[in-house]
Amino acid sequence: MLKIKNINTYYGQVHALKNVSLHVNPGEIVSLIGANGAGKTTILNSLSAVVPPRDGEIVFEGTSLAGLSADRVVELGISQVPEGRQVFKDFSVADNIELGAYLRYRGREAKGSIRKDIDDIFALFPQLASRKKQMAGTLSGGEQQMLAIGRALMAKPKLLLLDEPSMGLAPLVVQEIFRVIAMLRKERGTSVLLVEQNAMAALKIADRGYVLETGKVILEENAADLLENKDVQRAYLGKDKKEIWER
Amino acid sequence: MKIWDPLYECMPREDLEQLQLERMQATLNRVYKSVTCYKKKFDEAGINPEEIRSFEDLAKLPFTTKEDLRLNYPYGMFAVPLREVVRIHSSSGTTGKPTVVGYTKNDIRTWSNLVARFMTAAGVTRDDVVQIAFGYGMFTGAFGLHYGSETIGASVIPMSAGNTEKQIMIMQDYRPTVLVCTPSYAITIASRMEQMGVDPKSLALKVGLFGAEPWSEGMRKEIESRLYLSATDNYGLSEIIGPGVADECEYKCGMHLFEDNFIAEIIDPDTGEVLPRGSVGELVLTTLTKEAFPMIRYRTRDITSLDYEKCACGRTMVRMRKTMGRSDDMLIIKGVNVFPSQIEEILFAIEGCEPHYQLVVEREGDMDTLEVRIEVTENIFFDEMKKQKAFVEQVERKIFSVLGVGASVKLVEPTSLPRHEGKAVRVIDKRKL
Repeated sequence: MLKIKNINTYYGQVHALKNVSLHVNPGEIVSLIGANGAGKTTILNSLSAVVPPRDGEIVFEGTSLAGLSADRVVELGISQVPEGRQVFKDFSVADNIELGAYLRYRGREAKGSIRKDIDDIFALFPQLASRKKQMAGTLSGGEQQMLAIGRALMAKPKLLLLDEPSMGLAPLVVQEIFRVIAMLRKERGTSVLLVEQNAMAALKIADRGYVLETGKVILEENAADLLENKDVQRAYLGKDKKEIWER
Repeated sequence: MKIWDPLYECMPREDLEQLQLERMQATLNRVYKSVTCYKKKFDEAGINPEEIRSFEDLAKLPFTTKEDLRLNYPYGMFAVPLREVVRIHSSSGTTGKPTVVGYTKNDIRTWSNLVARFMTAAGVTRDDVVQIAFGYGMFTGAFGLHYGSETIGASVIPMSAGNTEKQIMIMQDYRPTVLVCTPSYAITIASRMEQMGVDPKSLALKVGLFGAEPWSEGMRKEIESRLYLSATDNYGLSEIIGPGVADECEYKCGMHLFEDNFIAEIIDPDTGEVLPRGSVGELVLTTLTKEAFPMIRYRTRDITSLDYEKCACGRTMVRMRKTMGRSDDMLIIKGVNVFPSQIEEILFAIEGCEPHYQLVVEREGDMDTLEVRIEVTENIFFDEMKKQKAFVEQVERKIFSVLGVGASVKLVEPTSLPRHEGKAVRVIDKRKL
């Protein structure tokens, strides 16, 4: 459904992505792993047109994303959940969710169907349902992450871009977030492109993964194989640290 | 017929090419970082793998040859530390010193699955009993087929090569349904069975997987009629992964090359230039999924061609023609390119001709001479000199008309030509000595 070929993205003079190619199949969870600064978030930002690539092609369900604005990309069915949640802290939980449907309101979609989707989101995240009126800033980290995901889902994405959903969360909460991601794929068929520092958790729910290093893809494999890959284990899963073999 | 891995084997070409591009770029970035030999070669060619954007760009990279493997003997080409390698094999060493290859745990799994693909394509299922008569050891053949059989769930008889009579006894008693060996050994088994008076129809064999050396369509017919089974070809080489590079489907119209794991190019063996689609030339392979021992543009020395036409079996992967010989086996006799396999075809075409033959090339003065030695059998062994002479002349005429090169044919005693359970020694080129 998503095909990226040879994208090069720059931050000013910094060449952040060097001929990156990757793809996501319908209903697939694909994980991007790599150290800080490897270019994981840049891939998501290139996709969502926050930082458009300088060249290369991105094709989503047969449509080229070249030159499209960020809101147009959302309309095509790609929603991004940014790193650090970025919920509107001074808005209520309900307003945050409703804001996710901004483009649908703008497109004059019937209010009834939007209402129904809002109800679905609260059914999906019962913790949020009991705090509809609460300011988003007063929620816990895990709840804010749920809220950010819920907000993104209001745009009815076919592909969800998740940036570090487990960041700063307690292990039990991380588990809950990953359970939700797996469920979204199962129940809604949503494809997910998942950027994670917590490679172990990400690879456990992913189908495939790409390993990035200094703006380049260095490995594409099934998630199960990546978990077995010694390089990945050493660099990103924290195993065998003491036994790093000098080359 | 079942397809083992339809998601990949029948992948639309467009998706396949995307996957190949991704894996190629990742492999190049990885080897540049972790294999000194590649870093040096790429740097010398003035190419940074970051800049590779297409399959055409791949052609800018230098080839890897057996010589590189020898220079980096034994572990210099490994892309992972040795402690991550769970298996070491060496090439069967058909020519010269062996080369060492390694596998990680994931590589062994990839390999097992690729072999399962071609065994399934040949008709092997979990209900089969597989007699493996490849030599177990440093040679990848036996282990590859062993893993593939186990992956499918078939029963393996790890018989190894040699002891032909015992092989036949096992065929009679254990009732294997699948035979795995080199095609020349299949002929040896068939001849032995005839001597022992064993009727192949009394056995349970139904499929034969023959590989590790080039063999002709004529030889296929010969094996099929004498062993009473369906003979299929498969292709592979240790440097790339072992068996499991390409497989033959039920239509037997070329071997589907597993392009999700390998990129294939056909080059002119003399100039190194990439040839247009469909041309006959040397096969060059780049691995896409190997962890321990990635190969970039490895010159296989095998001469073949690639057919991109869609196959009736549903697999979308390109079909590679049966190898016609090796570019280093290719004999240039009086300026004409001659492959031993061509002579094999001619011999098969002649009624009553046994496939045991040997080519001896010599130089007398400035002239190259080709001698074809053929083992006589009861069919050829004529009491009358006249008949023998007529037969020899018939073969000579035929060779001249096909190759355009004259050859002298000599009949030799039965079983006098060197023959072993591994690979047959078909060519003796005395000109190089």
